[in-house]
Amino acid sequence: MKFEDYNPLEEKVFKIMDKKGKIINTDDMPNFTNDQLLYLYRTMLLSRTMDEKQLSYQRQGRMLTYAPNIGQEATQIGSAYALEKEDWIVPSFRELGAWLIHGVPLKNIFLYWYGNEWGSHMPEDVKVLPVSVPISTQLQHATGIGMANNIKKENNVVLTYTGDGGTSGGEFHEALNFAGVFKAPTIFVIQNNQYAISVPRIEQTASKTLAQKAIAYGIPGIQVDGNDIFAMYVATKEAADRARRGEGPTLIEAITYRLAAHTTSDDPTKYREDAEVEEWKTRDPILRFKTYLENKGILTKEWDEKMKKEVENEITSTFEEIEGKADTKIEEIFMYHYETMPPILEEQLKEYKDFLEGGKNNDK
Amino acid sequence: MKEMTYSEAIRLAMTEEMRKDENIFIIGEDIGIYGGTFGVTKGMIDEFGEERIKDAPISEAAIVGAAAGAAVTGMRPIVELPFLDFITIGMDALVNQAAKMRYMFGGNEKVPMVVRLPGGSGTGAAAQHSQNLEAWFCHVPGLKVVAPSTPNDAKGLLKSSIRDDNPVVFIESKLLYNTTGMVEEDPEFTIPLGKADIKLEGSDISLITYGRMLKKALIVAKELAKENIYIEVIDLRTLAPLDKDTIIQSVKKTGRAIIVHEAVKTGGFGGEIVATIAESDAFDFLKAPIIRIAGVDIPIPHNKELEKAAVPSEKDIKAGIYRLLNK
Ligand SMILES: Cc1ncc(C[n+]2csc(CCOP(=O)(O)OP(=O)(O)O)c2C)c(N)n1
Repeated sequence: MKFEDYNPLEEKVFKIMDKKGKIINTDDMPNFTNDQLLYLYRTMLLSRTMDEKQLSYQRQGRMLTYAPNIGQEATQIGSAYALEKEDWIVPSFRELGAWLIHGVPLKNIFLYWYGNEWGSHMPEDVKVLPVSVPISTQLQHATGIGMANNIKKENNVVLTYTGDGGTSGGEFHEALNFAGVFKAPTIFVIQNNQYAISVPRIEQTASKTLAQKAIAYGIPGIQVDGNDIFAMYVATKEAADRARRGEGPTLIEAITYRLAAHTTSDDPTKYREDAEVEEWKTRDPILRFKTYLENKGILTKEWDEKMKKEVENEITSTFEEIEGKADTKIEEIFMYHYETMPPILEEQLKEYKDFLEGGKNNDK
Repeated sequence: MKEMTYSEAIRLAMTEEMRKDENIFIIGEDIGIYGGTFGVTKGMIDEFGEERIKDAPISEAAIVGAAAGAAVTGMRPIVELPFLDFITIGMDALVNQAAKMRYMFGGNEKVPMVVRLPGGSGTGAAAQHSQNLEAWFCHVPGLKVVAPSTPNDAKGLLKSSIRDDNPVVFIESKLLYNTTGMVEEDPEFTIPLGKADIKLEGSDISLITYGRMLKKALIVAKELAKENIYIEVIDLRTLAPLDKDTIIQSVKKTGRAIIVHEAVKTGGFGGEIVATIAESDAFDFLKAPIIRIAGVDIPIPHNKELEKAAVPSEKDIKAGIYRLLNK
């Protein structure tokens, strides 16, 4: 595929598989082995099931506020699968699928949403930045990592995510402009899930597409069917290849839909119609991929059942492993907040411990 | 007087002012049909429509900057940000622009705008969602800074803030939104900016606080009264301009001062209060060093228990008071 063939001003969307799981663009179809295909499918199931579990744990008061990814699995897993192990991911806060495929252990993910900062303490070889709450500010770091790769003459690329709402922040524009100027090997994926909490995509910008914003910064921009795992993979792979060749950044607008609530504190019925949600359910990225795999005879009913059980057990046992045992001590935060603890914190830590030991034990 | 929540009192203040003055509009994220991140603007779009309840793109720099621009033309914008933390992105508009416009126009322009910021910890929302940055704003000449602690104060102070011709940073504590209290219903009722309120009179110690910590201070003061320790609880309500008089008079009476705030201690607003006392003639009346009870100098932890441990508890306040009395 060539980015030039998908002019975002003409709203040409890059697709490989239709919503019925039929391949409509054989030229660009990637060459995956059956094992690869099943691995992708399993990761999608893992992501979906994990979301469902975390939502229910949250409802039971066993987890903190949670932002589900349901409906966006192909966008995340397809794009992140195009990376090499040494490449970086710079997430926003809704990238479970990308985390999973890039090797973030389930335990870390649970720890994070359980309220333990050690969740973001990634294994040495997992190049993923922590969640960023201030919308779109993380894009700047992604550009900076790309620039550092250039300076160090490393051939790694950076994949970063934001939402459709995130494109309104100045940081989005500055990050793209910078990346363009410095030819940062950075791939920007906009997860256009149609809403920024209650605000629909059309109220976020007067631009026809989000991908067209790339034009102003002199870099390629492309709209991709975000519920098509093949299209997401191929577009991201092409962007990564370009980046590795020293041709700089790419902007990908993944057109998808947030099937669940914004977070566990949201009630989407306030701002969108059920009929709209139902329509998007017919384009469910997992359903579509599953149909493809079944039609090809790659996925059998037995395999599917077996995988679902496996995935569920993996999630339940990981959560059991951390629940109730994952509380950090405040001392730890004092310790790791600076490279070495400054005197003021030593003093405050001592005061705090004296206070705890002073008999006036606290039930704060 | 009518019983209502802090959040209802804020909504009522805005509603009353908007009915009276067509120049007032609100701009923020998810404030329309969604009713605001914390439900404060709920239903307002039904009465005032999209022209006056403006859902904005996620662009804090533009929201605050555009409000400043509109304010110069005589409009009276009210900005609502989802969380105080995101003012960092609108900081140039606020600090370099809104706060200085009047001065740079040689006093010839007014900048009547209010920036409402839900601040503070206690919701399990971690480091980038829980900060108390009031000291930053107090350090900027040109801004007024208000931090109400009760529904009635919230209503009266917000009305004054809206009517004020200077940019006002109005800090709302998220944990107070659902607290209730009796509120004046008279639409002409206001509380002047720059006036502290003695919420409890006492003779032994002056406890100076604001925002969410007031509740804890009052609980402690009531408990200690049983031990014959009488604490005077001063609620600053407005941090800039600061009501120095009330603080100084109280300390002259009690001879002891303790300051309580949720924000981290280093560089916190408590330091300014200590200096105010130390520089005044209340200094000669001090019987003990002044004490600050404040948040520890770490980001707010995600974990709920640690989050509580990082900011002053009633026990911390009590311990501070015993220390002040050498007990
Ligand atoms: C700078 C900033 N402003 C506001 C918010 C509050 N907020 C959290 S999520 C969100 C919507 C984000 O929408 P979008 O970028 O489309 O991503 P999505 O949530 O749909 O994945 C907003 C406004 C924030 N976290 N950061």
